[in-house]
Amino acid sequence: MQKVTLSFFLLFSFFALLNCNQKPYAHGKIMYENFCVNCHMEDGSGLIGNIPPLAGADYLTKHADQLACVIRYGLEGEITVNGKKYSAPMAGVPQLTDVEIANIINYINHEWGNDNGYTTITQVKNQLKNCQ
Amino acid sequence: MKNIINWGTLLCFLLLAACQSGPTNLPILGNKDEVDGKTVYHEIPDFAFINQDSAAVTNATFAGKAYISDHFFISCPTICPKLSKSMLRIHDRFEKDEELLLLSHSIDTKYDTIPRLKKYANSLGVTSDKWHFVTGDKQEIFDIAEDYFNIAMDDNDAPGGYNHSGRLILVDENRRIRAFCDGTDPKAVDKFMDDIDLLLKEMRTPKT
Repeated sequence: MQKVTLSFFLLFSFFALLNCNQKPYAHGKIMYENFCVNCHMEDGSGLIGNIPPLAGADYLTKHADQLACVIRYGLEGEITVNGKKYSAPMAGVPQLTDVEIANIINYINHEWGNDNGYTTITQVKNQLKNCQ
Repeated sequence: MKNIINWGTLLCFLLLAACQSGPTNLPILGNKDEVDGKTVYHEIPDFAFINQDSAAVTNATFAGKAYISDHFFISCPTICPKLSKSMLRIHDRFEKDEELLLLSHSIDTKYDTIPRLKKYANSLGVTSDKWHFVTGDKQEIFDIAEDYFNIAMDDNDAPGGYNHSGRLILVDENRRIRAFCDGTDPKAVDKFMDDIDLLLKEMRTPKT
């Protein structure tokens, strides 16, 4: 009987840990909710015809080396996301630190089914050097 | 034991039924006055604006219809995209209900010109058959915001230069406000759409 209890306990711990590991970008989520969510929405869907989605967006991988600059300095001009064109300007968020930007990028790249790999703080710093 | 379960089931069922038969009509919101022994409710005053197709939009546009009102501006960096998204959800769900229209007032009358409003409506895939984006005299738009329980004002300290609240307002065919919600909260909008259903049901019920 004790063995059964122990197995259940281990199994429970395993799933608890697994669950824990699925949401490692808690700080990025908070930053996203503070600075990005008004336009890109909780579900990363954007606004049809005006604000591009982040969920399932090809832009994130095609322009992976520019995301930090976009977040800090904003974006002007037409862009194409998943075959659709968007031209409304995006405002930058200049007050975010390099670490905060890295956390937002990692949150976006792992939320809503996105699985675009991990961005390091060094990569973010290097990107930002090129877009000052 | 079995008896208790049966009674329990019956009780749950009755409670559920009681719950579902809840309020069938929405309240009439706003300040009330007594004039000559009759109750006078808060009503949306006369207005005259112009929409994305350069057509006049007045109270007559909404004769015999209910509508949802909000205040926004196109370049708004804060709550407006969420408002538009919520309005678009309502638009899509009630697209075939001819008794319901939508009315978005731009508070940025300088920048949101008619062509820009038209472009914005087109980008959302909507037309003025259902959804009017209006501009007009700035002070009139600011003033009528208050009649819709909303706030709209110039504020150089606010992002984008305007301070405004994000309520969506449901107005019935008699110019009375029947429900409102925080247009930035998707869950509040879910509940609000149930309220719209209630009003449409009320409008379709023959008056005795």
